[in-house]
Amino acid sequence: MNDIEKLLSDKVKSTKPSGIRKFFDIVAEMKDAISLGVGEPDFVTPWAIREAGIYSLERGNTHYTSNWGLSDLRSEIANYLERRFNLKYNPKNEIMVTVGGSEAIDDCIRALVNDGDEVLIPEPSFVCYTPCTLLAGGIPIPIVTKAEDAFKLTPEALKAAITPKTKLLVLPYPNNPTGAVMTKEDLEKIAAVIRDTNIIVLSDEIYSELTYGAPHVSIASLPGMFERTVVVNGFSKAYAMTGWRLGYAAGHPTLINAMIKIHQFAIMSAPTTSQYAAIEALKSCDEDIERMKNEYNYRRRVMVDGFRKMGLECFEPLGAFYVFPSIKSTGMTSAEFCEKLLYSKKVAVIPGDAFGTSGEGFIRASYCYSIKNIDLALKRIAEFLKELK
Amino acid sequence: MKENLKNKILNIIGDNCKHTPAEIATMLAADESLVIAAIDELEEDKIILGYKAMINWEKIVSDNVVALIELKVTPQRGEGFDKIADRIYKYPQVDTVYLMSGGFDLTVIIKGKTMKEVAMFVAEKLAPMEAVISTATHFVLKKYKEQGVIFVGEEVDDRQVITL
Repeated sequence: MNDIEKLLSDKVKSTKPSGIRKFFDIVAEMKDAISLGVGEPDFVTPWAIREAGIYSLERGNTHYTSNWGLSDLRSEIANYLERRFNLKYNPKNEIMVTVGGSEAIDDCIRALVNDGDEVLIPEPSFVCYTPCTLLAGGIPIPIVTKAEDAFKLTPEALKAAITPKTKLLVLPYPNNPTGAVMTKEDLEKIAAVIRDTNIIVLSDEIYSELTYGAPHVSIASLPGMFERTVVVNGFSKAYAMTGWRLGYAAGHPTLINAMIKIHQFAIMSAPTTSQYAAIEALKSCDEDIERMKNEYNYRRRVMVDGFRKMGLECFEPLGAFYVFPSIKSTGMTSAEFCEKLLYSKKVAVIPGDAFGTSGEGFIRASYCYSIKNIDLALKRIAEFLKELK
Repeated sequence: MKENLKNKILNIIGDNCKHTPAEIATMLAADESLVIAAIDELEEDKIILGYKAMINWEKIVSDNVVALIELKVTPQRGEGFDKIADRIYKYPQVDTVYLMSGGFDLTVIIKGKTMKEVAMFVAEKLAPMEAVISTATHFVLKKYKEQGVIFVGEEVDDRQVITL
């Protein structure tokens, strides 16, 4: 057994490690660095939710649940999706509970993609769609979204990317890393293209509660889109429950059934404690969402204002918790900018190209930090830019 | 619109009064001059009564005593409880006075240097008042949380390196 590397599957060998991960390894070694890098809420899960989890443990609810997830939880998810997004799913066979939204994304891609099938992925976007597609034997087809289009997916770009091999469109809005959102009008244009095809939409709506303009609209709520959309959502971002690892998928029973096949053998069932806690989240924590969202909105404005005052072009993000300013005016690549900023001012932001090559020339800064922290980081970035001139 | 702005400002400075009007304006996407004017009005209308820091005195001084006193009093004709409350809250030693429903009438919170000082204040000033029927003094042993601020333990950012 000299070269274990040789034994690894070709697919895994060709999977690139995440660009963010590499960057964070440097940050981790720097003790007094201020980070604007983390993509998870700084809030602790609201106490009522934690308490419900603890109570479930006290009662001894420590067993597996059904593969689909607790039936009470699925009912609450169905209520929630109807209440918030006007989506009507049958909790019995159209909703499955997963280990975070990430598992639902992987299940969905694997359930649909045959070797050589194409998966359309608007970029810049969350880092998992491309590797999940490759591991499933599919071909990721990036669709570049542009700052001048507010990083939205346009029907023209979508049409140009569709081929007879297209199986799936990933719709990652509100978007990580750009903060872009798709309005109902924007989605209607996309739906008009998709309706005439056999393409399924994987709508990753994990940031759906975090929009700062109009409320989020799900493409599944548009006429004719319900049966061809898998909605992925979860508890991590809205309820600050990242560590609980709990998400869900909702869609046509045939699709969810197919995803359940993968889930039941790979995962069995999502964490039981988290499921009990999530019931409480859906039942009683609307106000907590509002409180956190309000705070994010304050920080968002402070951060956008800060970058603009430094002279960086900064598109106004209306969703998620990231700001995605352009650093093209510095003449540096994203990676150079981030490395130099980190070494000279000890501020960590993420290079935009970590989210696809079209993210080159941008940086992602998260506002999951206190305003005090954000102010300090902005001050240091401004100093950095001044010294460049 | 204006009232809405005022409410939003109050929510922000109610949580942290160190934010400058310029910062508040940015946070609310509002004009700075409007924010300054709204704060001025809130001060004039005595809606904002002051800007105090939350201090954990226990970390600074050892002689710091807080007592909660339950008072049963006789309400005065034509004045209700207001007159007796007025006579009590005028003492600088008295930090807080509430009119209560339930088994007693007034909650009086007193801050002093020693237990003896507080007890003497109750015995010499409060108890002898004509309207006061009885007092029950409870000393605070440990502050866990006050005005929404947790006094024990420290919050640490334990978010770890992860791919996302």
